[in-house]
Amino acid sequence: MAYRATLGSTTWTFDSLADLLAKASPPRSGDALAGIAATSAQHTVAAKMALADVSLKTFLNEAVVPYETDEVTRLILDTHDVAAFAPVASLTVGEFRDWLLSEIATPAALTRLAPGLTPEMVAAVSKLMRNQDLILVASKCRMTTRFRNTIGLPGTMAVRLQPNHPTDDPAGITASILDGLLYGCGDAVIGVNPASDSLNVLGDLTRLMDDLIQRFEIPTQSCVLTHVTTALQLIERGAAVDLVFQSIAGTQAANASFGVTLALLQEGLDAGRSLNRGTVGDNVMYFETGQGSALSAGAHHGVDQQTLEARAYGVARAFEPLLVNSVVGFIGPEYLYDGKQIIRAGLEDHFCGKLLGAPLGVDVCYTNHAEADQDDMDSLLTLLATAGVTFIMGVPGADDVMLNYQSTSFHDALYVRELLGKTRAPEFEAWLQRSRIVGSDGRLAPRAAGHPLLTAGAGT
Amino acid sequence: MSTPVTPDPWTALRRHTPARIALGRSGSSLPTSEVLAFALAHAQARDAVHAAFDAEGVAAAIEALGMPATIVDSAAPDRATYLRRPDLGRALSDAGRAALVASARGACDLAIVVADGLSCAAVHAHAAPLVETLLPAVRAAGWRLGPVVIARQARVALGDEVGALLGARLVILLVGERPGLSSPDSLGAYITFEPRVGRTDAERNCVSNIRGEGLSYEAAAFKLAWHAREALRLGLTGVALKDESDTALLGVSSPPPVGEAMA
Repeated sequence: MAYRATLGSTTWTFDSLADLLAKASPPRSGDALAGIAATSAQHTVAAKMALADVSLKTFLNEAVVPYETDEVTRLILDTHDVAAFAPVASLTVGEFRDWLLSEIATPAALTRLAPGLTPEMVAAVSKLMRNQDLILVASKCRMTTRFRNTIGLPGTMAVRLQPNHPTDDPAGITASILDGLLYGCGDAVIGVNPASDSLNVLGDLTRLMDDLIQRFEIPTQSCVLTHVTTALQLIERGAAVDLVFQSIAGTQAANASFGVTLALLQEGLDAGRSLNRGTVGDNVMYFETGQGSALSAGAHHGVDQQTLEARAYGVARAFEPLLVNSVVGFIGPEYLYDGKQIIRAGLEDHFCGKLLGAPLGVDVCYTNHAEADQDDMDSLLTLLATAGVTFIMGVPGADDVMLNYQSTSFHDALYVRELLGKTRAPEFEAWLQRSRIVGSDGRLAPRAAGHPLLTAGAGT
Repeated sequence: MSTPVTPDPWTALRRHTPARIALGRSGSSLPTSEVLAFALAHAQARDAVHAAFDAEGVAAAIEALGMPATIVDSAAPDRATYLRRPDLGRALSDAGRAALVASARGACDLAIVVADGLSCAAVHAHAAPLVETLLPAVRAAGWRLGPVVIARQARVALGDEVGALLGARLVILLVGERPGLSSPDSLGAYITFEPRVGRTDAERNCVSNIRGEGLSYEAAAFKLAWHAREALRLGLTGVALKDESDTALLGVSSPPPVGEAMA
C-alpha cells in the first residue's frame, strides 16, 4: 500500500512500507548504491513524518520481504508474541518513540516487550530518533547471557580478545592473547579469526585456547570464528568447541550467500550445547552481522540496509546467543561512507539489537578505504559505552594484522573503564584480581616482571 | 628525569607476531610514540588505496613467463566511482567484454585473472611471482590455461564474467586485498568452479594474506593447486570444499610462548 506526507504544497508518496523505511533512513552510501535512498533532505523528513503516523500493527500485516519466499520473515512473524506486544499495540511509530523515552519504559517493561517487537518496528522507530534517543533507550535495556561467566550486567562492559595472526602462527596468537589478558581483556570471549580453512589448523587453534583457559582457570570462553559447518566438523572430531560462530544477515537469500539456513543454525546450536562446556549457562552461539551484507549479496529485496540489519538480530535472538556483534565499519565505504555514517549506524545497531533482546556488542571499526580515522572511533566508542554496549573488541594496538582493518584496542577498553567506571564480567574481574593483573579497584596492577602467565611452567 | 610511560615487561613476545603488543601505557592510554607510529601507518595505508595501477607492467611480467595477457577495464571508470560502486567493479566494461570475446580460444580448464582490487602495491609485487610459482603444478596437471586477464578497477566477482566468457571450468582471481596498517601489499586469491555471473561468495574458496611476511608464494601455490585439483575432481568450490590441503606449511612455528617471555 502507498503512504503519503504533505509538506506545504508538496505531497510526497511512498509506494510501500519498504520504500517508506528506505526514504526515512538517515543518509548512507549503501542505500544510495541500492538506488533506494531519498532524493533530497526534505524527502527524508517527509518520509519520517509519514512513518511517524504508521501504526505498529501495520508491520504485522505488511511484510517488507515476502513471507512466502523468505524464512527470516516467517521466523519473525510466526514467533511474534501478541501478549508481549499488547502494551504498545495501539501506538503509531511516532508514539512508540515517545513511549520508549517515557518513564513507563522501565528496564523491566522493555525486557517484557522485546518478544512483542519485530525488527521492522524497531528499525522504524530508530529512524525517528536522534543519536541521544538511541543512546538513552538502549541504556535502559537489560540483556544478560552466560557461558563460563556473566555478560551484560548493568555497569559492565566486556571485551572480546581478538588475537589474530596473518598465518595462524600458534606462538603469535598466544603472544597476543597474553598481551590482552595482561591488559585485563578477554571476558566476552577469546575469539580468533583464522586465516586458514584447514580443519587441522582450526583444531589446533581450538586446543591452544582451551589449554590456556584450563591451565590458568580463566572464567571465559574461546571461539574460532569459522563457518558453522566447519564447527560441526570440529565437534564431530572431538574438538573443544566452546562457542559456535556464524555470520548472519536479515534475508534468507543473504544467509544463503553465507552458506547457512535457519535449520543449519539450529544444528549448530544443538551441537554446541551437546558438549555441555558452559559452567554457568548454555548460551553457545556467537553471531556477527553488519549493515550492507544483504545488498553485498544481491539479496536486499529493495529494503534499506538498516532495516535488514535489525532483521539479522531477529534471526540471532532465536538462537539464544552469548554474543551478537555488529561489525559496523568493516564492510567499507560503499555501505557506510565516512565517520558520521559509521557512528550513526553503530548507535542504530546497538539500539535495535538491545530492544529486540539480543546481547549486542559492536566492533567499533573502519577500513583504510573509508573516510574515517581514530578520532571517529573514539567518538563512537564513548557514545556506545554510555549507551551500555555489551562488549567491544580488543585488538592489540587497534590494528588487526590479519583482517586488515582498525578496531578498538586493549587500551581503548581501559579508557572506557577509567572514564565511565565500567567493570568486567564479575567472574573474570575476580580472576584478574586473584591473578594480580588488576588491583581491588579494577585498575591494572603495577607490572611485576615474572607474572605467572609469562613464567609459570617455563619450558613446557 | 624518568618518563611517565609504564613499559610492559613482555616485549620479548613481539618476535612472535607483527601485532602491536607490549606497547606500554601512559596511565591507561597509549604512549605518545605509539600514537604517532599508528598515525603514520594509517597515512601510508590511505595513500596505498589511491595509488595508480600499472596494468601494462603486470601484463609484461606475465608475458615474460610465456603466457598471453589481456588487459581489461571494469565498468567503474575511476577510483572514486570504484570505491562507491562495487557493482561496477564486478562487471566488465563493454570494451573489456569485446576484448575477451576476441581473445578466447575455446574452452579451458583454468583461467587466471589479476585484479587491482584495493591495493595495487600487492598486485605489482606479488601477482607475477605467484603465477610463476603456480605454473609447474598447472603444467604437471595438464590443465588447459586460458589467457591471463589483467583487470583494472576490479573486484572479486569480476572473475565470474571473465571466466564465463573464456569458457573456463575454474577461475583463480588474484586481487589486492584492502591494505592494513601493517600490510599495505597483501594479495588474496579466490577460486571459483564454473564461473558465471551471479555466483555468491559462499561458492568460492579463498587463500589470503599472500605477501612477504604472510603466506609465501610456495605455500600459496601449493594451496591453490590443491584447491584446483579438488574443485575439478568434486565439481564444486565454496563452503562444501573444506581446506584439508595440509597443516605442515601453515603450522610451522615455535611452540606457544607461555612461560618463555623472560627467557
